[in-house]
Amino acid sequence: MYFDTIIAGFGGQGVMLIGNILAYAGIAEEKNVTYMPVYGVEMRGGTANCTIVVSDDEIGSPIIQNPVSAIIMNVPSLDKFAPRVKDDGFMIINSTLITEEDMKPFNSKTYAMVPSRDIAIESAGNEKLANMVVLGATIKKSGIVQLSSMEKALTAGLDKRYHHLIDANLKALQGGADFV
Amino acid sequence: MANKELVKGNEAIAMGAIEAGCKFYFGYPITPQNEIPEYMAKNLDNEGGTFVQAESEVASINMLLGAGSTGSRAMTSSSSPGISLKQEGISYMCGSQIPGVIVNMSRSGPGLGGISPSQGDYFQSTRGGGHGDYRTMVLAPASVQENYDLTMKAFDLSDEYRNPVLVLGDALLGQMKEPITRNKYKKKEYKQDWILDGAKGRERRRIKSLYLADGDLTDHNWMLFEKYESMKKDIMFETKYLEDSKMVIVAFGSVARILKSSIAMAREQGMKVGLFRPITLYPFPTEELSKVADSIKNFMSIELSTGQMIEDVKLSVGAQNTTVDFYGRPPGSIPSPDEFLEEIKTIYEKRIK
Amino acid sequence: MKQVFKRPESLVDVPTHFCPGCHHGTIHRLVAECLDHYGLRDKTIGVASVGCSVFMYDYFDVDVVEAPHGRAPAVATGVKRSKPDHFVMTYQGDGDLASIGAAEIIHAANRGEKLTVIFVNNTVYGMTGGQMAPTTMIGQETTTSPYGREEESAGPPIRIAEIMAGLGGTSFVGRGAVDTPKNLMKAKKMLKRAFEVQINNEGFGFMEFLSTCPTNWRMTAEKANERIADELIPYFPLGVFKGDK
Repeated sequence: MYFDTIIAGFGGQGVMLIGNILAYAGIAEEKNVTYMPVYGVEMRGGTANCTIVVSDDEIGSPIIQNPVSAIIMNVPSLDKFAPRVKDDGFMIINSTLITEEDMKPFNSKTYAMVPSRDIAIESAGNEKLANMVVLGATIKKSGIVQLSSMEKALTAGLDKRYHHLIDANLKALQGGADFV
Repeated sequence: MANKELVKGNEAIAMGAIEAGCKFYFGYPITPQNEIPEYMAKNLDNEGGTFVQAESEVASINMLLGAGSTGSRAMTSSSSPGISLKQEGISYMCGSQIPGVIVNMSRSGPGLGGISPSQGDYFQSTRGGGHGDYRTMVLAPASVQENYDLTMKAFDLSDEYRNPVLVLGDALLGQMKEPITRNKYKKKEYKQDWILDGAKGRERRRIKSLYLADGDLTDHNWMLFEKYESMKKDIMFETKYLEDSKMVIVAFGSVARILKSSIAMAREQGMKVGLFRPITLYPFPTEELSKVADSIKNFMSIELSTGQMIEDVKLSVGAQNTTVDFYGRPPGSIPSPDEFLEEIKTIYEKRIK
Repeated sequence: MKQVFKRPESLVDVPTHFCPGCHHGTIHRLVAECLDHYGLRDKTIGVASVGCSVFMYDYFDVDVVEAPHGRAPAVATGVKRSKPDHFVMTYQGDGDLASIGAAEIIHAANRGEKLTVIFVNNTVYGMTGGQMAPTTMIGQETTTSPYGREEESAGPPIRIAEIMAGLGGTSFVGRGAVDTPKNLMKAKKMLKRAFEVQINNEGFGFMEFLSTCPTNWRMTAEKANERIADELIPYFPLGVFKGDK
């Protein structure tokens, strides 16, 4: 099984964090993973993105021109990455910041509008966990890893200071998965 | 899971160095390798070692020379422009036969260039790089696990040959994260009958590269040459799909990595393409690649430059009625597997009727 | 009969390559006497620089590593960090230390590396045939200042000891000469202090020696010796700049 995704948004939306958590989930299921962040000058201007590949086989390129999926957290990332997603791929769109109007140029693509902030509040009582909501939706859509692996992934991937929030994170992941 | 950690490429280098008993690190900040000095600054003191942020690349390579001359395991790291500055010290270390590990997480040039991955330092790495007739062994990892493992190996090779060893990665291999297993270092003993530790109960020792007496330098250079030749027993390379291939792609480091995807795609489309990945760039696996040319006649060198390693590919297979094509991609952005696939397809259709 | 004068044990019994009237030999002897005095011969690692001073590895009976031009303080930093219980010294000329190696000496000194640096200032590049150095005097003719050093284009001669004294990391800084027995005795006393600050783990010891270069000054040994007092000492004053006991 093979899966790749580009996760893109503003700095501070937790884009890099969910990339890491997804990679850890892959590791928990003994799959091969790569995580490739943008770095240096590309990071200026406050946008962030990373590419994650999860596969049962050896992974070649950690750089993907046309990904199977994308998690798009803001409009600048939509314009940059939506055209690159494979025609038979899918996008998880953060509808807290992106409107149906914004999506018009990409109507031919398959996507799900996920109100990440609202779901984060409803499911976990914490709007900061919107990133986990979109990750949960991606996991459900792709089936690349099991939601049951996420506790392990969060334990391995989150700094110990935040381990008391693992339950809330799991609830947000579930909230996102239930939505799509 | 317990033994797999998600680690950034640069950090894996630092981890491998510490696991191999590296006690001294000397460096100077430059993108995209800063995680190496940062990791060393944080962890080396706890391991009984010392981190020094030097005033320049020139100073850091010479600190490495000094620590190496006392028989301690030591390392410096930098990226292309900084490695240029280190060439003076590398030449002296080779001339004086002082071990040390040098990491180049290369970026693009010439000049200040940019911080994207590049393979434009291939000539500098494999042809000596500084003044004089010398070579450094060059190891080119293509995964985060190899960053860790080959850095450990670099310390052994450096001590075995009393010669600096260069680990040549690039921005991609430094920045990406992959799960690694922290393989345990198996300590080997190397002769230390040359190190400087005070002339107590023995004759004084002099570590130098200056040979003025008639003929001495000739002998010294031939001796070094013999040593470089003997490094061939440590040649490393990887191959894929050679059993049925009609065309072989030769590539190293991050490019070989990206090409693994391109080649898999090409084979899905029915093209019988294989991969030959040199892991030691010096010594280059010349004889091994030449053996491949006994049965496969079409080669293609793909590099993140306008063409450097292709010279070694031609020297390896050029005399065997082969074709050697080239796709060069100067740095500026990271090429995708699709881009390489298109180039492979063009050459394959041209060469394989 | 009591022997009152002999070769220091830390000095190898070979003729040196130094020109007649050059002070390197005398300075070598003072350094060797200090090595003997503190019992350092078998725990010393010397760092040789580039220039006439490179041959210290032939003359001192201690372990020596050769550094690239100007880099001796960086090499010595690596040596000392690796062997903190050993005595580590560099021996450098003015072209090496004050010009191409300016960055290395400043930063090693400022880090307070536990090193002893012996700096031999003869106002000229000796080994390469008498070119202008950063310490060349105004008006001094050299092969690259054939009409005399001009301050307007080359700046004034650089006073290294004074710069060293201004750095927070140095523990002892002195400048001496060996042109007269009196100056020599004073210089040796200062050199001992430059040794002691390392031996006592206090910090960086720096000792500048004014030296002749009769060959490149195109002077007799006697005239060259006189130039030290007549021209150099007035510009490069002798004494302790930092760390007097």
